[in-house]
Amino acid sequence: MTNAWTDIKNTDLVVVMGGNAAEAHPCGFKWVTEAKAQRGAKLIVVDPRYTRTASVADFYAPIRQGTDIAFLLGVINYCIKNDKVQWEYTKAFTNASYIVKDGYAYSDGLFTGYDEEKRDYDRSSWDYVMGEDGFAVTDPTLQHPRCVWNLLKEHVSAYTPEMVERICGTPRDKFLRVAQMISECSSPTKTMTSMYALGWTQHSHGAQNIRAMAMLQLILGNIGVRGGGMNALRGHSNIQGLTDLGLMSHLLTGYLNMPTEKETDFETYMSSRQFRPLRPGQTSYWQNYRKFMVSFQKSMWGDAARADNGWAYDYLPKLDVPAYDVLRVFELMNSGRVNGYICQGFNPVLAFPNRGKVTSALSKLKFLITMDPLETETARFWENHGEYNDIATRSINTEVFQLPTTCFAEEEGSLTNSGRWLQWHWQGGSPPGEAKHDTWIMAQIFLRIRELYRKEGGPFPDPILNLSWNYHDPNEPEPEELAKEINGRALTDLRDPADPNRVLVPAGKLVTNFSQLRDDGSTACGCWIYSGCFNEAGNNMARRDNHDPDDTGAYLGWTFAWPLNRRTLYNRASADLQGKPWDPSRKLLEWDGTKWTGYDVPDIAPNARPDQVMPFIMNQEGVSRLFSRGLMRDGPFPSHMEPFESPVANVFNPRMRGNPVARIFQSDVAQFGTSDEFPFAATSYRLTEHFHYWTKHNRVNAALQPEFFVEISEELAALRGVVNGGWVRVWSKRGSVKAKAVVTKRIRPLTCDGKVVHVVGIPLHWGFVGAAKKGFGPNSLSPFVGEANIETPSYKAFLVNLEPTTAPGVQS
Amino acid sequence: MSDSPRTAVSNPPVQPMASNLGQGDLIRRSATDELPPPQRQLTPVAKLIDVSKCIGCKACQSACVEWNDTTPAVGENVGAYTNPHDLTENMFTLMRFTEWVNPSTDNLEWLIRKDGCMHCADPGCLKACPAPGAIVQYTNGIVDFIHENCIGCGYCVKGCPFNIPRISKADHRAYKCTLCSDRVAVGQGPACAKACPTQAIVFGTKEDMKRHAEGRIADLKSRGYANAGLYDPPGVGGTHVMYVLHHNDQPHIYAGLPDDPKISAVVQTWKGLTKYVGLAAMGFMAAGSLIHGVFTRPNRVSREDEENAEKLVKTGGAEPPPPAEERA
Repeated sequence: MTNAWTDIKNTDLVVVMGGNAAEAHPCGFKWVTEAKAQRGAKLIVVDPRYTRTASVADFYAPIRQGTDIAFLLGVINYCIKNDKVQWEYTKAFTNASYIVKDGYAYSDGLFTGYDEEKRDYDRSSWDYVMGEDGFAVTDPTLQHPRCVWNLLKEHVSAYTPEMVERICGTPRDKFLRVAQMISECSSPTKTMTSMYALGWTQHSHGAQNIRAMAMLQLILGNIGVRGGGMNALRGHSNIQGLTDLGLMSHLLTGYLNMPTEKETDFETYMSSRQFRPLRPGQTSYWQNYRKFMVSFQKSMWGDAARADNGWAYDYLPKLDVPAYDVLRVFELMNSGRVNGYICQGFNPVLAFPNRGKVTSALSKLKFLITMDPLETETARFWENHGEYNDIATRSINTEVFQLPTTCFAEEEGSLTNSGRWLQWHWQGGSPPGEAKHDTWIMAQIFLRIRELYRKEGGPFPDPILNLSWNYHDPNEPEPEELAKEINGRALTDLRDPADPNRVLVPAGKLVTNFSQLRDDGSTACGCWIYSGCFNEAGNNMARRDNHDPDDTGAYLGWTFAWPLNRRTLYNRASADLQGKPWDPSRKLLEWDGTKWTGYDVPDIAPNARPDQVMPFIMNQEGVSRLFSRGLMRDGPFPSHMEPFESPVANVFNPRMRGNPVARIFQSDVAQFGTSDEFPFAATSYRLTEHFHYWTKHNRVNAALQPEFFVEISEELAALRGVVNGGWVRVWSKRGSVKAKAVVTKRIRPLTCDGKVVHVVGIPLHWGFVGAAKKGFGPNSLSPFVGEANIETPSYKAFLVNLEPTTAPGVQS
Repeated sequence: MSDSPRTAVSNPPVQPMASNLGQGDLIRRSATDELPPPQRQLTPVAKLIDVSKCIGCKACQSACVEWNDTTPAVGENVGAYTNPHDLTENMFTLMRFTEWVNPSTDNLEWLIRKDGCMHCADPGCLKACPAPGAIVQYTNGIVDFIHENCIGCGYCVKGCPFNIPRISKADHRAYKCTLCSDRVAVGQGPACAKACPTQAIVFGTKEDMKRHAEGRIADLKSRGYANAGLYDPPGVGGTHVMYVLHHNDQPHIYAGLPDDPKISAVVQTWKGLTKYVGLAAMGFMAAGSLIHGVFTRPNRVSREDEENAEKLVKTGGAEPPPPAEERA
């Protein structure tokens, strides 16, 4: 989230698209209810299904899954055509005026530089014209035909209301009503918030879905303001923490990158991370990258990380591929190149796509270790459960170790919520049976491996032998110790550069925040963006002061928000070029002539003049990007792309399948279905009665939603002769499931490009262990393809067929 | 002694409290002719369910199960989101889902209504009940079932204009929402209202709830719901569970909520008769086994009940028999 859950109460218009907040985030949804009840805010839902969120919406518009980009570019087109643009904001705070290189173009659904063989673009032309002064060339009048604004205008002009209807199946009048309601928020005193979730991310073009809305929010002037923003609703209580702490193969902590094998030494690695400002006087905060990186290395390896060994850069693994994401790892496992798997807090048999392939991959392992507080299908993948897990147990040689862990209430620590709040919690009960904290288990594994390296050596034992492990009890690092390590400390006295006699932080003390980190090895910090969470003032994550002066929704005394306890990112953009709030009733910050003051921690240097330093300090430009240069693999602008399995061809280029640069493994190509064989458009989602595959273990949740079902329209039911509550079989090119049918008016067939498209809704909460009735998940059906930039699997749009059937027999 | 709680949102008092609802707070008692007048008048309370704010998440159902420690069975899907499929002796409240196409706009509306006891000011169940003290009404408006006095005859079901009470197949006693009388008695609101994430369920004094409803109705009217209104049906003297409905002109579209609920004529007639049954029942208690057969015949205990009763005696009554659904 750019903003916070509590800030949603400040909005005038909530757009829920690519998510179902009432269903999947019922507690956070209270802030939508607040905005509606207290401010008279309106709620729009755009979704293939009339959802629980839609049931309390002011307006609902249907859309075919996977076509959100066309819809959103249609809204941008509407806003430009009808002059519904926050001009002052757009001109000052976005790259609308930047001139783009001549080589860049877009036609037939593709940008310049496409190489079909490599499934990749040459992105060199997707960039600004650079002036002789070394800065990007701009035209503040927006007259230049090659400025971003004019290219954007041209790019979105194809997305007329008629085109939106043709692609998305959204009736023209409904689309226009949504566009009109959204466009009203171009006023400086009206804001809209975007609440989205996996309905946008889980597509092969997921990142571009989000970009399209971010661009719309920028031209409406809704980023950095109260009640505005791009608000990703994270699906687990700590999934924000997972990404922040770099639990992804291509990331270190705090969004520092894992090096690639081409970056053979530290200086080479740093050479592409200088982040020189692209306009005069801009902050380009990533210029501090070296400080964060060196402090990270010191945190990992202490005295073994020295200037003369490139801060132990050689100790870091180097990527030979863009990432070892889950799809790649299971592909490697299935082809016998990954032989052991530690599965910590994950249930791949239900969570990863193409379950048949996942099971086949697990069956080839030498060992599988699961760490989970609950019984999982993954730990039991080898067990025959009749039709629900029809497997020949004897044929599997994988050795499975189940290590029971504690659940959140049985341990102390912090959880990072969607709004970037690190909230400390305390242990509420003792772990049952043999359950152990994850930290204890990991420490045991580490200590034993280190002992083996010590005794037996090996090709390169240094990173293991030298790993910092300075805990009170090496067998189980304590949560507070880890939090302090993440916050960072001074290793030697940190002196004021202006006055060397003045010690800012004595050696051994915790740093106040990341502004004190240095690149000379005098500081250590586990995750720079979290720095400030636990400093000499104490555990700031444990703060529980719920005062909120003037009811702004900021709650600065409640826990700690990264970065620097800032609640709204880019909040300097809430004020104009003179530093006056766009909307005085929604002030966040104000320039008092010498410094920024207000309700939130300024997202800019406190004395940065409003007419000189622009608000988007993490970008080299200082402004936000309507045109994202070469930073994304699939285009500098979003453009309409169909799902890999789509009921209709791409109207801009019928030859194009899915995202033209998404990675596809050779073994999966034959497993894509076509609409001839699989005529119906399926999508998958959560239900409010359950949380993923956990709550089926709970009798109460199981009673409230007991059994796997799929949802279809009355029209599709009639077409296939399905009765409400009867059994149906749903199958794709990859698998088959049996489910109860819920025949509903909440799903209606759509007409797309002249063709009737039937939608099949598949919720995801059932498996073969737990208190609920045995069932299946949508991952038995969904395709093995990820998002082109980040490899998030595409669960939201694929093709299936459907017919009436009989109840599954337990014996196969 | 403190009065009725004003909200369900506040955190519970840290100090233990004595129950604030006792015999001296009763204004009605089933089949009881000479109830002494209440010792005081508590401020009437009400639960207000704003259907327009409800997202159908079933947190209320979950909280109800947890607080009352009931065990609804894991059933099956029959093509609906309403689960269990009806109120049961183990499920005192139920979200009922209705897909309704508004004829005036042709738009679908998903109407989600939390069903349960309405706590009528003029309670049909209590009037129909022949068992002395099995159903009581407190001065704050709560209608409660006192299970040890229940004879399982099922007349309360007949007497209820909303079809709420359910007879347990395990102990043959009637069950329904208590408005969390045990929580209200110690200054807290009902569990469902406390759990509701959008505060679609709010709790407080009936006057406060009516005022709150006025604000909600004005908001709904501003959004085009011309017939938005408060459901507080006069046919049963008003209720202590009220709804804000977007379409208050046609309550029946909300899964059959009665448009104009009234206590059935049969029960109104029966009311006269109960007096004698009640008197007789008291006589029965006095006279003991002499007239035992006469009055228990309509509610003859089954062999299974006897066995369960014997088990109860043997095990010291610690373990109630499992609900029928579990045994099946």
